[in-house]
Amino acid sequence: MAQEKLPDNPGTVLTLTDQDVDQAIATYPFIVVDCWAEWCGPCKMLTPIVESLAQKNQGEIVFAKLDVDKNPETARKFGIRSIPNLLVFKNGQKVGDIVGAMPEAKLLERIRALKG
Amino acid sequence: MHDVIIIGGGPAGLTAGIYAARASMKALLVRSAFNPSLITTTDLIENYPGFPDGIGGFELVELFTRQALRFGLEITDDDTSAVSRHDEGGHACWKVQGSSGAHTALSVIVATGTEYAHLGVPGEAEFTGRGVSYCATCDGPFYRGGRVVVVGGGDTAVQEALYLTNFAASVTIVHRRDRLRATAVLQERAKANEKISFAWNAVVEEITGDDAVRAVRLQDVRDPAAKRTLEADGVFIFTGTIPNTGMLKGVADLDNSGYITVDSHMQTSAPGIFACGDCTRKLLRQVVTACGDGATAAFAAYEYVSGLKGTSYGGYTP
Repeated sequence: MAQEKLPDNPGTVLTLTDQDVDQAIATYPFIVVDCWAEWCGPCKMLTPIVESLAQKNQGEIVFAKLDVDKNPETARKFGIRSIPNLLVFKNGQKVGDIVGAMPEAKLLERIRALKG
Repeated sequence: MHDVIIIGGGPAGLTAGIYAARASMKALLVRSAFNPSLITTTDLIENYPGFPDGIGGFELVELFTRQALRFGLEITDDDTSAVSRHDEGGHACWKVQGSSGAHTALSVIVATGTEYAHLGVPGEAEFTGRGVSYCATCDGPFYRGGRVVVVGGGDTAVQEALYLTNFAASVTIVHRRDRLRATAVLQERAKANEKISFAWNAVVEEITGDDAVRAVRLQDVRDPAAKRTLEADGVFIFTGTIPNTGMLKGVADLDNSGYITVDSHMQTSAPGIFACGDCTRKLLRQVVTACGDGATAAFAAYEYVSGLKGTSYGGYTP
């Protein structure tokens, strides 16, 4: 289900769909979209890590998740071939993607490097 | 201080955890938060007894975890970097160092498993996540109608090739020999599957593409000058595994490939450190053998700790 309305300052992980992902990318200056699917074990390992990062970095980095199985348009648009895959957008532009599960500290380091 | 620290959250570690918890040991299982047991990426396990219709790897590990928690096993997510000798209040023990702190215990059970080996060919690292994959259950659905190459000839390669036929239009198994190593039932299924074809006596020399994988360059092992190009949208690599045993280097004996050498009691060369499952030197790396090893390791660790405490029931000779 799509977000009812995009919150101003989310401290939890937003759930995005093909319908509202573009709007979210345009709305937030820095957003990380965790592309996942039910069939993917490593994605489930990453879920609590992303939730923790969303809380700890509220006001600085917005985190969202998108189920690629239910939202194939977005997966196609960004050429996703592997999940978990975190798409990183800065000022509406894709600045990188992070493929595979990794520890929280390392993931945050990779995200911060893209934030500049 | 714990009686035992189990490192690894796969079938071997969780079985050791079930046995240790049921023996009322003060046990802690440390599992990697980001490097899950390889079996969790297998879509279907058909040779683990008790599941006549097969079971998914992730689901099976969840069941093991639930069973261990039911008996009170403490589980924490952390990445273990080192195991070292330690002295606590005049008692020799082991220290297990993680990224978010250290734990001490009288005994340690190492069940850290393996990870998939890389081919080490040009294009492999560059296209990882853009056509090169080590997880068919994660990435197979992105190749609906596509042409897929599977590299390897063992159980994993053939099982995953069969799984990929659910999505791909064609699957080519590239193997360096002229026959498969995989178990007979898998070989028969692969040969009967019209989507699967074979490139025998071939190794991948290079993976090429632009924004994603487009082809693999194959070399004939019998005639290295003979090369050909196979068009492909995806390359899945299952050519073998390497043990996650770096933390035991210099602490316990490893064989030349890095596998931990253990005796029939799962005891390593370091007193009080036991090892079980895929990370040990053994003939057959399967869920069922990992579970058996895990149970043995937990019992041996229990007897070892009881011996230290002077509470042994007896009958065990290390």
